[in-house]
Order: sequence, then C-alpha cells, then structure tokens
Amino acid sequence: MLRYLLRRLGLIILTVLAASLIIFAITQFLPGDVARLIVGQFATEQAVENVRVELGLDKPIHIQYLNWLGGFVTGDWGQSLTSRVPVRPLVFDRLWNSSWLAFLALLFYVPLGIFLGVLAALRRDKPSDSVITAFGMTFAGIPEFVTGLVLISVFAFGFKWLPANSSIAPGATFWEALPQLILPAITVSLVSLGYITRMTRASTVKVMDADYTRAAYLKGLPRYQVLLKHVLRNSLLPTVTVIFMGIGWLIGGLIVTEQVFGYPGLGRLIVGAVQKQDLPLIQASSMVVVTVFAISNLIADLLYVVLNPRIRLQ
Amino acid sequence: MDQEQPPPITKPSRFKRAADVWGRVRRHPPTVIGLAIVVFFLLMAVFGPVIAPYKFSDQIATARLQGPSWEHWFGTDQFGRDVMSRLLWGARDIFLVAGFGTALAVLAGATLGLISGYAGRWVDEGVMRFLDVLLSLPPLLLAMVLLGSVGPSRFNIIIVVGVLYVPMVARVVRSVVLDIKTREFVEAAKLRGERGSYIMSREILPNALPALAVESSMRFSYAIFLVASLGFLGLGVQPPAPDWGLMVNEARSWFDQAPWMLFFPAGAIAFLIVGVGFLSDGMRRILWPTGVSE
Repeated sequence: MLRYLLRRLGLIILTVLAASLIIFAITQFLPGDVARLIVGQFATEQAVENVRVELGLDKPIHIQYLNWLGGFVTGDWGQSLTSRVPVRPLVFDRLWNSSWLAFLALLFYVPLGIFLGVLAALRRDKPSDSVITAFGMTFAGIPEFVTGLVLISVFAFGFKWLPANSSIAPGATFWEALPQLILPAITVSLVSLGYITRMTRASTVKVMDADYTRAAYLKGLPRYQVLLKHVLRNSLLPTVTVIFMGIGWLIGGLIVTEQVFGYPGLGRLIVGAVQKQDLPLIQASSMVVVTVFAISNLIADLLYVVLNPRIRLQ
Repeated sequence: MDQEQPPPITKPSRFKRAADVWGRVRRHPPTVIGLAIVVFFLLMAVFGPVIAPYKFSDQIATARLQGPSWEHWFGTDQFGRDVMSRLLWGARDIFLVAGFGTALAVLAGATLGLISGYAGRWVDEGVMRFLDVLLSLPPLLLAMVLLGSVGPSRFNIIIVVGVLYVPMVARVVRSVVLDIKTREFVEAAKLRGERGSYIMSREILPNALPALAVESSMRFSYAIFLVASLGFLGLGVQPPAPDWGLMVNEARSWFDQAPWMLFFPAGAIAFLIVGVGFLSDGMRRILWPTGVSE
C-alpha cells in the first residue's frame, strides 16, 4: 500500500511538471513584450532592457522555464501585470472563494445525484426511470451560462428571492455570503448532477443484474438488506471515482458560472487574466488549477483502492 | 466488458439494415426527439443564411431593442440587428467550428488509438503517457489559455477543440482495439502474413467503427458545449460574428430592456446540445450496446 501510494505520488508530481511545461510553452505565444508592458509605453529602450535583464528575459528559453518553475515552487509568483499586486495572495484568496462554491455544489449534487441514480435503477424501465434519465441527460447538456441566466431571471429578477450578482464583499462571513452563493452553486451543480445520476444508475443496474444479488434474493433476504449490503456497497464504488473524475467538469463549470454571477473566484480571475493577457497571473493560476486537479485525481485513485478490497489485496 | 461478445455478424441487405435501425430508433422516444432536433438545426445551418430576412450584420438604426413582432420575430438587439437572422446565420458557424474540431479529434484520436492499441509495448506506453499529460489540464482551462495566446480565430478554435478531444477519442479506440486484437480473424490475418497497416485498417478498424461513431457524436455535443462556453466568455469567435455564445454574452447587459436578446440564443444552444446528446445516446443503444458508458 505504501509503495502504491509513493508511486502514485511520484506520478502526480511528474504530471504537474509536464503540465507546467505545457502552460509555459503556450504562454510563450502571448503577444506583447512583458518588459515593455511593465515599464510602460513611453519608457526608453534602456529602461526596457534593464527590466528584461532583471526578469531574466534575456536568458535562453529553457533557463527562463527553470527560473519560472523554481520561482513557482518556492512561492515567488511575481506581480500581476495589470493590477500590479503580488500574484500569490490574490490567487489563494480567489481559490478560497472558489472552494466554498465548489464545496456547496458538491454538497448539493453528490447526494442528490446518487439518490436519483439509485432510484432510477430500482424502477428500471418504468416511467419514473425514463423521466429521471431524460432529466439527467438534459441537465448534463445545458451549458452553465444558460442555466445560470435562467435561474437569475427567475429567482433574482422574477421572484426577487436571491441576488443576481454574487460579487461578495471582501471580509464577508460565510453566512452573510450564503444567499449570494445559492444560485451559483445550483448552476455549477446541474451538469454534474446529470452526470452522477447517469453513472450511478448504470453501475446500480449492473450490480442488480449480478448473480450474487439474485442469490441474495433467492436466499430469502429482505429487500432492504439486499439493497444496502449487496447492491449499494458495490454499485457506489465506481460512483466515488466518477465524482472525483468529474472535478475537471466542475472546474470548467466554475469558470463559466463565476463569470455569469460576477463571483470573485479563481475561474473569474483566470478569464480576466487571459482577456488582459496578464502573463504571470495566467501561469500561476493555471498551475494552481492543475495541481488541484491532479490531487483530486490522486484522491480518486486512492479511495478506489481503499474502498475496494479486491484491488487492495493484489 | 472483455468477455461480452458483440452481436453475431450477419449481412442482410443494406435496405433491410436501415429499416431495422429505424425500427429501433422509433421505439425510443428520446432518440426520435434528439434526431428531430439535430435535423432541425442542420437544416438551419444549411439554409439559414438563405432564408434569413437580414444579414447578420445588418443594422436598422430605427429599430433598436425592439421586442418580438411580425417584422422581427425574435426582436432586435442594441444595434438594431435582427436576432432571428443572426441565429440563422450562427447555426452554420457552430456546426462548422464544432464539426471540424470534432472531425480533427476523431481522425487524430482514432489513428493514435489504433496504432497505440495494436502496437502495444513501448509505443502504447509512450502515446498514452503523452495523452495523459494533455488530460492533466481541465479542458476549458486549456482551451482558454491556448486561445488567449494564439488568438481566437475560427481556425484556431477548430484546432484547439481537436487537440483537446484527441486523448478521449484515442482512449476509447484503443480500448476497443485491445479487445478486437485478440479475436481469431486478426490472428488469422497475422498468420497469413498480412502487414500491420492492412490488419489495422481492414481487419480492426471496421469493427471499431460503431464505437467510433458513438464516441464522435458524443464528442460533437461536448464540442458545441465548449465552443458556446468559449463564445460566452468572450474568448471564442469575436464580434460582430453571430456566434450564439457571444450573443448571450452581449445580451446580458441589455437584459432588463431586451430579454429576448438572451432567451433565443440561449435556448438554441441548450436545445442543440441536448438534442445531439439524446441522439448520441440513442446511437449507443443501437450501435454499441455492450460499450462502456464512459
């Protein structure tokens, strides 16, 4: 187990390293000269040259990469080109906000998705199954910006129950911010809700068809006991992996949703950074997202092993 | 998965097979709905610009922000452009961009998956690890950063969609190839002394086609999702193009005065993606019932 863990950990570090190479390579194509952007349009050629030397931009490209990577690892993430503030506190502040939103969304769609998926499987091929399945597929296909805007027009402009804008004031407590978090959280959830429902239904149906489930019924065990001990224990195993695999979707959903609601999260920060071509901000925030993504994949793998004795014993 | 056998291969006439497929489609309402929606939008993409009453960029200065009327069925926007005409023009855009992007991903992904699965050993290992790296970046993030750097032209969006979905297609094709590779007819071809390229293209590929078709249709729905989201974020096709995602984005500032600017393109996007999704699911049921539901 320890060896497995170490191997997975090593693989994650390699993955993040490779991703860093990609991010660095892509951002080299950004138009504009960083040094020129820093000193401004009217600075002398000499001033630009000084900044270039100071930032190490005169060095060969692989040295620049290593410098950048070293800086990232040691916590020196540079300054934002547009807002002239240090990147690191800004990114962590926004990451914190995004995690709240993600957490609320997970709290909503994971239990609901599992419930609906199991329900649909239990009523297989009955009307309620078809309805749940069709709804799941519909939700999974509607982009967040469409659901978000529909929710805003109904619950913010129509009923006036919840705010349309979620630009949380800095320093607001969780409870103060909660009303502004509800609509974005639901928006982020729907795509994943459809996905989880579908996957849970599929795995549950598979287990219900298995011989051991039939054997348990034939043994005369009561239905609820078969369900809890034989069906769910096995059918929810893949669901756990699916939840963590879906983090990639969740991140994409957060990017769009935060934009719809003006929520000060990491996704919105990245969109702004890409639009303004703010190189240090794009690089650092992408690296943070990649790291979070890699860690969630790692957790998925480990959970699967921990929960599945058949793999653990190998 | 592995032990499940595909349905026995018989070869009835082409007409009989088409009738058979249609019979199965008809019995499954979501597939019929999906098919109807896709056909509707496909017709829109083909004939839209012809039947549109205005050009997508025509500005009628006297008719700004007007609600739906007989003159302008879906109303007009802040420049006095006819929303319905823009939708009709935009359908072609989204089909072309998402379609070519998907085609690129399918071509490249199928080739890589085929070679990687058939060759095995270090080739397989190398290709798969390389694709894993691409998968280590969340798709939307990778698309945004790429387009932000190379600029959001239609051509670049197509390339980005292609690059993004290559790993997924390759993985599916590879898993199918690994299964087919062990069958007797592949063994037989090897013993006959056929070349690797022949076995891959003539023996394995035809048997992987159903899975590939299902995968392509699903990728297509994701591609539309992605292209629309990029348009909404302002990182896709640039104004004044009649991109649906972009239209939704622009309409947000005028929501209190002109909600129709928002509802029609947003509805079109949702319907199209859901339609393609339903159709893709139906294709899976018919073409590849034993397949893994990703």
